[in-house]
Formats: sequence, structure tokens, C-alpha cells
Amino acid sequence: MTTDEIDQLREDVLAAIDVAAGPDALEAVRVHALGKQGTVTALLKSLGKMTPEERQVQGPRIHGLREAVNAAIGARREKLEAAILADKLASETLDMTLPVDVPTSGTVHPVSQVMDELAEIFADLGFAVATGPEIEDDWHNFTALNIPDTHPARAMHDTFYFPPDDSGEQKMLLRTHTSPVQIRTMVDQKPPIRIIAPGRTYRSDSDATHTPMFHQVEGLVIDKGITLGHLKWTLETFLKAFFERDDIVLRLRPSYFPFTEPSAEVDVGFSIEKGKRVIGGSEGWMEVLGSGMVHPKVIEACGLDPKEWQGFAFGCGIDRLAMLKYGMDDLRAFFDGDLRWLRHYGFSALDVPTLSGGVGA
Amino acid sequence: MKFTLNWLREHLDTDADIDTVTDTLTRIGLEVEGVENPGEKLSHFKVAKVLTADSHPDADKLQVLTVDAGGDPLQVVCGAPNARAGMIGVFGPPGAYVPGSGFELKVAAIRGVTSHGMMCSVRELELGDAHDGIIELGDDAQAAVGLPYPDYAGLTDPVIDVAITPNRQDCMGVRGIARDLAAAGLGTLKPLGDVYRMGEVKPVVGEGPGPDVRTDDAEGCPAFYAQSVSGVSNGEAPAWMRRYLTAIGQKPISTLVDITNFVMIDLGRPLHVYDRAKLKGALVARKAKDGETVTALNGKTYTLGDTMTVIADEAQVHDIGGIMGGEDSGVADDTTDVLIECAYFDPDHIARTGQKLVLTSDARQRFERGVDPAFLDEGLAIATWLVTEHCGGTPSGVTRSGEPPATPLTIGYDPKRAETLGGLAIDAERQKSILEGLGFTVSDDWQVTVPTWRRDIDGTADLVEEVIRIEGIDKVPSTPIARAPGVAAPTATAEQKLERRVRRSAAARGFHEAVTWSFVSEAEAEPFGGGAWTLANPISEDLKVMRPSLLPGLLSAARRNIDRGADGVRLFEIGRRYLADGERPTLTLVMAGEKSPRAWNSGKALPFDAFDAKTEALALLAAAGAPADKLMVMGEAGESWHPGRSGTLRLGPKNVLASFGIVHPGLIKAFDLDGPVAAVEIFLDAIPEKRSTGFMRPAYTPPALQAVRRDFAFLAPADLGADQLIRAVRGADKKAIVDARLFDLFTGEGIEEGKKSMAVEVTLQPGGKSFTDEEIKAVADKVVKAAEQQGAVLRG
Repeated sequence: MTTDEIDQLREDVLAAIDVAAGPDALEAVRVHALGKQGTVTALLKSLGKMTPEERQVQGPRIHGLREAVNAAIGARREKLEAAILADKLASETLDMTLPVDVPTSGTVHPVSQVMDELAEIFADLGFAVATGPEIEDDWHNFTALNIPDTHPARAMHDTFYFPPDDSGEQKMLLRTHTSPVQIRTMVDQKPPIRIIAPGRTYRSDSDATHTPMFHQVEGLVIDKGITLGHLKWTLETFLKAFFERDDIVLRLRPSYFPFTEPSAEVDVGFSIEKGKRVIGGSEGWMEVLGSGMVHPKVIEACGLDPKEWQGFAFGCGIDRLAMLKYGMDDLRAFFDGDLRWLRHYGFSALDVPTLSGGVGA
Repeated sequence: MKFTLNWLREHLDTDADIDTVTDTLTRIGLEVEGVENPGEKLSHFKVAKVLTADSHPDADKLQVLTVDAGGDPLQVVCGAPNARAGMIGVFGPPGAYVPGSGFELKVAAIRGVTSHGMMCSVRELELGDAHDGIIELGDDAQAAVGLPYPDYAGLTDPVIDVAITPNRQDCMGVRGIARDLAAAGLGTLKPLGDVYRMGEVKPVVGEGPGPDVRTDDAEGCPAFYAQSVSGVSNGEAPAWMRRYLTAIGQKPISTLVDITNFVMIDLGRPLHVYDRAKLKGALVARKAKDGETVTALNGKTYTLGDTMTVIADEAQVHDIGGIMGGEDSGVADDTTDVLIECAYFDPDHIARTGQKLVLTSDARQRFERGVDPAFLDEGLAIATWLVTEHCGGTPSGVTRSGEPPATPLTIGYDPKRAETLGGLAIDAERQKSILEGLGFTVSDDWQVTVPTWRRDIDGTADLVEEVIRIEGIDKVPSTPIARAPGVAAPTATAEQKLERRVRRSAAARGFHEAVTWSFVSEAEAEPFGGGAWTLANPISEDLKVMRPSLLPGLLSAARRNIDRGADGVRLFEIGRRYLADGERPTLTLVMAGEKSPRAWNSGKALPFDAFDAKTEALALLAAAGAPADKLMVMGEAGESWHPGRSGTLRLGPKNVLASFGIVHPGLIKAFDLDGPVAAVEIFLDAIPEKRSTGFMRPAYTPPALQAVRRDFAFLAPADLGADQLIRAVRGADKKAIVDARLFDLFTGEGIEEGKKSMAVEVTLQPGGKSFTDEEIKAVADKVVKAAEQQGAVLRG
């Protein structure tokens, strides 16, 4: 075959490849050119009959033709397959605006969240978290706290009692405050002591701002040389950390609790922002804490020598702390389990209070 | 405790204004709860004289008055029948707000006649209930015509309400409050004799012997002092006394009654006055006899017990000692001879009697807190003085029976304690002067004698409180407590960490944490074996029994949510169950309503099923660090569960870590819920604590060779638990088999009755070299054999 004829063949085959409409047509072209009876195959076969001189000249040309045809087929095939895939994908279109079901996350109750916040803040000050029974005896809840059974303060506690035992003694009750944990801690542990004790407390009281069950946190420090000044600093430091504000102002007012002497109520200054009371500043005062130096009789009741050990205690409503920080205004809703309320006021599982990330969320 | 500023000034010589007084009270621990100025709302109303009164041209019942209210005469239309020329009353000009009627006065035409204001009735000004005519002030008001009515009526005296803490009985009298204010630098305390205008306060000298009284109950009533006055005339108490009592909300009754009330509030000293004509023989303080009764001044009859102290004559009980007098011997308008009792009752006795009778009174409040035991003679003298001054009569001698416990306490005090306990360094001389101002005496060697009226002071800490509160507790400087060097050490206990983990895991898994009441009703507790703790004084039947389970509270909350329109409810709570042997920390969760709503891709809404509960139970136990692969599923979750669709997860036969499944349909119905409710209870205290092995993990390299999987299909008895078969298969070759997983379960066509087909995928993990075919076959044989032991046969 002449050079021109080979060029012609190349041109014809490449043109046929170029116009092959689908994989089948392309395969037909391939067979026609490179199949056993193919035109290019025939040329390759003809090489064997040539003289070495002829082969020297024709060999590269014919092989070049075969490679060119092969390459063209490959390229064409890729192109055709891409078109087919594109068609297929085009037919697979979905409405990506359809809604999907994202599992909704749950929430942590504000009381639990605030308890975790308290634990985190006080851990930094060296306080551990202590607990005690909610069904308490008279001694831990009252007597050891310097509230003998004829003390007028008992009547102020609106105590829930359990029926008298076999000996006729009405001994068991629902703790009216977390203060019995102070007693249990002092009885069980050697000072120095630094604890907070959050938990459920009960008083038979129910109106718009009182529920028969509520949450308190108790704080207790027993050591040597602890004074009212340390109490003041601790409360200031705690409240600044809790509300994450530097403009926390405290006002101590002398008061009376049977288990502390001297005793003080602690007011925190607030300011009005967008019509709501916000902790910080001193436009007004609200009472948030009761506190004082642990009464020597209480220290003594726990088997410690009040001449050696002294310290302070404080107590505060957790529900109230949560309300002041996060703005709920109805205490009763805390105990209703209303999903709408929980979604609004609850916390994400990942809102773990940390010192580096902040204790508020 | 209420009193007025002027009343306070009877005892306290001070220039301080009301704001200074109230600020100081709060600062020294006498918390001011409120200040009310009764005249403020009436400041626009004026004393006015009716000059003329003519009938209204167009109305029979109305009159047209001209009124002198200080300026030009005004024309006023009035409907009161008592309006007449010459009378003096109270006039409200246009612009004044009438508190009893709730409107503001305007110039208005009434039936065609212009009226420039209104003459007011008592009710319109909220001064009383009378509304049968306009106020008539009497001729002594002539000089006040044109003045604001509150000035004339003495309604300018602000009423101060102070919350007295239980330790400060001495401040349940105005004088005690005055004394504290004087000590705080707000003036000087006037001598008591000057206050009562009786010179020195000493027993009133009388005629003849004292009345026949004695105490036979030295414990309950250590001292009983009395004096009689004969020939008194009871009537209306003097105006100043009525004004003070009225201002604080005490209704004046008669001179004799008002005197006892006044002295109690003024001095914190309760008294009792008997009508002698109604007494028979000696009046004795004694223990009541069991079952004895008395009708008290409140009209109620009380049955007494033998621990209670009473005052009785030969015939009957006349007084529940120190708490409330008896109706039968109370004074009346026609009383002529009285016996005045000034006794000392033991605080504990009073408290117990009051608690038992559920009877409280102003007297009880004071006696149970402890009145001044050294003030009996003075108290009696002041009472007798007031009676003779205002009711006339002739006093008898004084009878004194028994001895009040009036020995003063002396405390050795170190003034350094103000700093070492109170945190505030106060000069010793300053401390001495504060204490002396409060009535303490301080010797040169700091022996501090406590005044008899301060029943609350018995040690150093109390004295520190006194000096700190008067000096100013706000002056105490903030002092940092010592910090451990370095980063704060962890403090949370294992239980606390466990609780945090399961709480946040449950929240992350889509559950909302609720806090429900610790108490439930008896009916709610019953399906859980009843409550071990039932309150003696519940607030309601619904909140009566300490919950034996958290399910009732959560089921109720679920129902409330569904009633409010929630489709699906996922709630959990972490709290205690209150059992006979203790309080058990528990996590309980409920799933009620729809698990997933109807949807474009999944069709109908799906309910929760028992396996949802199992999923949550296992997930939370895993989060809690329980050894998941060792947990066994067993039955017997209890009567509150669906018997065929519930189970427990245990470590060993006795240690139940969790119950899960579908709540018993009967219980679901009892809580007004529809459809299946799935629930989980995790008993947090049953989860074994992980032993700490430090932070270092055991050495581990992931296996280099790929695991091999083989499937086995078994024909097993229908009642063979899947878990049993899988455990058997897994255990067939503990070295090679690392996992076995059920991937198909089939009953029905092609499977004989009483059987089921279970297909298990077994994963084999080669160690150092690949398994040979023989090795794999050997393992497969073991698997088949292990399954056979459970009654499962390899399907051909």
C-alpha cells in the first residue's frame, strides 16, 4: 500500500471513530479497523511479507497508524461514557430541598446545669461537693444546728414530718435545708473542710414563689483563723465567677440563723436592663444568701473543739440563682417537665461548664 | 413588728428623719420590711366648714352647699343626709383621688348644678367602713379649717414595719428598737420614767395586802406578780394610745385592754388583766389537769394537758399561761375591780404548749423567745400606773410569788475576737462603748455582763456579732481564703462523675431532663410496691408518699406534654427513689407518643417499642462505664412492666443495673396515656465503680491481618433467646472468634412449627499468620457444636 493510501486509511478510520454515535458503533469501527479481518490488521499482517528494506520504511508508519487508531478509540470511548454517565446522573436528580429528620438533641435541666457550674467554680477554690440524705432525722436537721425542739425557728421552717416511730418520737422529716450536710461532713471528716452541698430541700409551703420542693446549695469552710472577711471574699468571688461580671456588689446585713454567729444576710446589687433585674451594679438590692460564722455550739455538736476550729457557712437557693442568671421568672415551671420550657431554658449536653470555656452557657 | 416614728421618738431623743432611721435599722440587723405613710394618699383633702346648705332645685335627696376649705367659698353638691350648715368635715377638691371610690374628682354639674369637689365619708377615704353620711369632725376642728386633713388627723406619722428575728425578743418592744438605734448613734434613749411621765419607775404604793395569787408551778411559771386596782372605770383609752394602736392596725377596745396591748408592744412585756368580780378565791399558776378545758379570748375552747401551765382560781382555768387569757374573766365595760398579772413563763413550756394547742398570740411570741426576767416589778408598776391614771381606782399592795431567773450572765471576752472571728479590727474602747450602749456592763478585765433582756447572748461569738453589727458589718474587709498552690485539684467523686456522664449522654441522645416532685400520691406509688415513707403532714394527697420510682412523675409529665399537643415525648430524670433501706440514685427515662412522626420518606408515624428502651438502656450503661459485654438480659422487670416486653440488665443474677421495656398497659391507662410507653430505669448505685489503674493504657497494636467472616444459619427452638445462642457461638473459640452478630431472624413458611431460623455472622481474627482452611473448619465445627448444645441445628 502506498503512503498515500495509508494516509487515506488513517483519515477514514479516524473520521469513522469521530462520528461513532455510541459504544456499539465505536466497537464496530474498532472491529472494522483492528479486528481479525480489519483494515489496519491487514496492513500489520502485510509487514511479514515485506523485504527488510520495505519493512524498515513501512513498519513505523503502519504501527503509527495502529497506535493512532487505538488512541482515538480510547479517547472517543471516554467521551461517550462520560456522556452516558451524565445522562444517567441527569435522570437521578432528587429534590434536595426535601426535609430530613435530624435527630433532635435533648437538654440538661437548668438546676443540673447550675449545680455543675457551682461545682466547677468551687472546685477552683478547693471545695468538694458533699451530699446527704433528704429524709433526715431531727438531730441533723435541727438539734445539731442549735435549733432545739422548742426553738421558734423550727416553726418558721414549715417542716414535712413522717409519722412517729414505735417509741412515739417524731424523729424523721424531710430536710428543710441543706445545712444537715454541714453536720454530717463535720462529724465524718477531720478539718480543714471546704465543701458545697447542693440538693433537694422541702418545706410545706406552696404559692407563686414557693414550691414544696426546691433546691439549695450549702457552703462550709472549717479551718483555723477563718473570719467573716473570708466569708465575704468567698461569696464575692463566687458570685463574680457565677455571673461572669466584675461589677458584683455585695451588701451584708446582720441577721439571725441559729447555726451561725455572727449571722448575715447577703444582698446583691442589681441594675435594670431592658426592664429586667440583672445582677451587677447597685441600683437596687436583692437578698440572695444567708450566711455566717458557724456557731460554736454547732462545731461542738459535731465533736470538734470550737476553740481550735472555726469557719463559715452559707446557703442559697439554686433555683433562684438559675432564675437570676438565665431569666426564668416562674419557679413552678422548674418542676413541670414541659418540653417547650425545657427546650427554651435547658442546656445542650455539650455545654459542660469549664473554667477555660466559661461556666455560663 | 410595727410602730410609728413618733412612737419611736417617745423613747428615742433623735433628730434623725425617717430615711435615716429605716436605713440604720436595716444596717444593724432590724430589717425594715416596709414604711407606710398613712396620710400620703389623703394629702389633697382638707378640713372644711359647711357655710350654707340649701336643697337642690332638681333633686330631693341632694343639697347644694357652700364650703369654706381655706380659700373662697366653694359650691358643692352633696347627697349626705347629715350635711348641714355649720358642720366641719373633710373636703376633696377637684384633682384629688378618692381612694375608697377609686376615682379622681373633677368639677362637674350634678343635675344642672356645678359642684367643685366633694364632702367625703369615712369609707371614701378608707378610714373605716361607715358610709351613712359625711365625716363630722366636731367643733375642735374649727381652727384647722383649710389645713390638709392628714395634718389635722395626725396621719403624718409614718408606720415602720420591722422583721424581728427570733433571737431579738427585746426588739419586740419599741423600747428595745430605740435602744439599738441609740447604740448605733442615732440619738439617746430617754429614761423609762420620763417616757411614761411617772418619774422613777418603782412599784405603785397601794392600800392593803396584795391580791391572793401564787405560783404552784415553779417550772412553767417561776414568778407570778400581781396587783389589784379597785374602783376603776373602764372606757375609751386616751387619744394618743388609741392613735398609736390604730396606726399599727390594732383595734382599740377599752382602756384596760388597750393598756395591756400598748405595754406589750411598747416594752415587749405581756400582761394580763382579770375582772376580779369573776374570780373565785386565790388565783394560782399551776399545771393543767388532763382534759381540763378553757374558752380563750379568741372564742375557741381548748382541751389542756398536764404539761401545760395555766392560771386558775378555785372554780376554773382563766388563762393559758403566757399565751391567751380566758373569756370568762376578761374585763368588760362595767368592770370595776381588776387584777393585773405580770408573770414570767418558761420559754420552753410556752413553746411546747403553743405547739400542742396550735395557738399563737403576741404574748406567746414574746414569752417563748424569753422576756426580760428582771422587768416584772417595773412592768407591773407601769401597768398599775397607767390603769390608775386613765381608769382611776385604788391600787392594792403588790403580791410577788416565786422568783424569776434573773441572774445576769457574765462572759469573759477578748476584744481581739472582733478581728479574729468577725474579720474587723475594732478598737477595744470603741467595743466597750458599743456594748455599754446596748446595756452590757464591761469590767476593766473584760468580764462582760449581759443585760437581762438579751436572752440571745451566751458567748463570745454573740458579743462579736454585737460589736460588728453596730460598728457596721459592711466595714468588714474581704479577705481571700488561702488557695492551694498550683492548679486546683479535682474534687468530684465517682458517683458525681457517673451522674454527670449519664445526664449528658441522655441529653445528647435526645432526652430532656425533667425535675419532678419527690412525692407522689398513694395510688401512684402502689404499682411500685407502695411508698416506704408517707408524710404525716402532706401539702396535698397528690404529694404524700416519697416516690418508690421515678416513673409516676415522668409518666404524669409525659401526659401533660401530650395534652399540650406534643407528638413524641422523650423525658428523663436523675433523682432518688426513697426506699425503706435508703435513698437510691436512679436515672429513669420515658418515651411516649410518637417515636417519629409521619413523614414523606417513612410513611406512618411510628410508636416506641421495647427495643428502643433496650437501645437507650445499653447506650447509657455504656456511657456509665458498665461492662457492656458482661451484661445479661433477664426477665422479671417487675409488675409495673409489660410481662412479655420488658427485661432487666444484670451483672450476675442478683445485681440488676437496669430495667427496660414497655410500661405495663394497665399503668399506662392509669396515667391517661395512649399507646405503648417505653421506659428505662438505671440503678446508678448498682453500676460497679471502675477501678482506677492510672492514665496508662495497656499496650496495643492493631492486628495486621484482615478478619475473616463466616455466616451460619441455625434452626433453633422458638423459645431460645437470641442472646443465648450468640453467647454460645462467641464462646465456641474464645481466641479466634472476636464477634458474633445475628443478622437474620425468620419464622413462618418453610420453618417447622415451634422453630425459628437464626443466622449469625461470626468474625474470626487471625493473629500472627492467616488461618488455614483446616483451622477455619475447626472453628466452624466448634461453632456448630456450641449451637447444638443450645438446641440450634445448622441448616443444610
